[in-house]
Amino acid sequence: MADKILKKLNIKVWRQNNAQDKGRFETYTIENISTGSSFLEMLDILNNNLIEEGKDPIAFDHDCREGICGTCSLFINGRAHGPDTEVTTCQLHMRKFKDGETITIEPWRAAAFPVIKDLVVDRTAFEKILQAGGYISVNTGGVPDANAIPISHEDAEESMDAASCIGCGACVAACKNSSAMLFVSAKVAHLAKLPQGKVEAKSRARKMVAKMDELGFGGCTNTGACEVECPKSISITNIARLNREYLTARFSE
Amino acid sequence: MSKFLTASIGRKFIMSISGLFLVMFLAVHLSVNLLLIFDDSGELFNIAAHFMVTNPLIRIVEPLLGLGFLVHIIWSFFLEYQNWKARPVKYNQKNPAVASTWTSRNMLVLGALVLVFLIIHIINFYWVIRFTGGVQEITINGEHMEDTYSLVAGLFKTSVIYDIIYVLGGILLGFHLSHGFWSAFHTLGLSNKQWMSRLQIIGKIYAVIIAVGFSIIPLYFLIKF
Repeated sequence: MADKILKKLNIKVWRQNNAQDKGRFETYTIENISTGSSFLEMLDILNNNLIEEGKDPIAFDHDCREGICGTCSLFINGRAHGPDTEVTTCQLHMRKFKDGETITIEPWRAAAFPVIKDLVVDRTAFEKILQAGGYISVNTGGVPDANAIPISHEDAEESMDAASCIGCGACVAACKNSSAMLFVSAKVAHLAKLPQGKVEAKSRARKMVAKMDELGFGGCTNTGACEVECPKSISITNIARLNREYLTARFSE
Repeated sequence: MSKFLTASIGRKFIMSISGLFLVMFLAVHLSVNLLLIFDDSGELFNIAAHFMVTNPLIRIVEPLLGLGFLVHIIWSFFLEYQNWKARPVKYNQKNPAVASTWTSRNMLVLGALVLVFLIIHIINFYWVIRFTGGVQEITINGEHMEDTYSLVAGLFKTSVIYDIIYVLGGILLGFHLSHGFWSAFHTLGLSNKQWMSRLQIIGKIYAVIIAVGFSIIPLYFLIKF
């Protein structure tokens, strides 16, 4: 069965020449978009049109287009990664939109994620948080026997769930406080659940939270918006774990 | 310690602890207040109110309670300002209702409205009882005490506007608690996969008890008298 065609769409998009530019919205019209195409493919088509018209194409982040790299961002119609659940923007399809609709596209908005150009934001802040403690520095020696360190199925599952974070920043974008707590908590929880990561769990929580605060992310007010908008459905129970790790680290000092 | 108080989680720790302290206070406050509607002679309430004013333990806790209120209120504005600063350029279009409840996003608004109510409430009763001394004395079981019952019942019987304000106050408080209760536990790290939903349910029940409990008192006087 052939996909339906959206005859006409109005794309209201944020244009900003560089980090210093004030930026503004511009509206473009695009015709005959297949509902089977992805959101990024629609933008590719729009950019082709813009290039043919001699205009500057819209800059946006993308890489794997398989929903796992965390590169694509975009705040579409008031929601991080647009009107679908548990997807990144590359996995969002045009069938989620209606013919004749005006689609508003904005970059992630956060003090810690400054806009570089158009819809591209600088997410180095996440890397800096990881560099502050999101790793294991204990010597784990050579390759041990697979069953040498028993890990319960539950712990392994919870750790893997947290580790599925792709660092896309939708949590920050969706949060009313631009808080990075879901990201930081996922990183802290995924390591704290495993024997090798447990060793540095306390100092890790302390260092990563300190870096997160320093970079200008807001605080968490437990609205739960991050969990809903997370393409990997990372649970906010990780945030409770981070709070626990951080508070015990602070009080045991 | 200063590092702890300037860290985001440290600040929220203060919000949670002060919040839970106020949650406990509300339970005590409501229990005493419900005596208003269980004894129309007012004796029961007057004895309880007198006990609260004279009990040394309550006297010690009272300044602590004032401090709890101040910390919770001042910190909230401070935190909100920090959070507001974290997004200097706002979104043009937002659709937050899909992902979170209105209550959870507007705790400051609800809190500020509760604060307005609190000020009215203090002027109505606490100020009169403790400072201006406009309360009549009565004797119950040979003991002199303030006739607090008449003060409260008098206001609720005569003023429909105050009845409405107090009902609204109770409802606003309920909404504030429906998010605040479980959120406080979550911030303290006292939550996990199993307990998060349990705490949310307990918080909702507590919010309903507080809202209904406090609202029912002015309504009782309005309808019955």
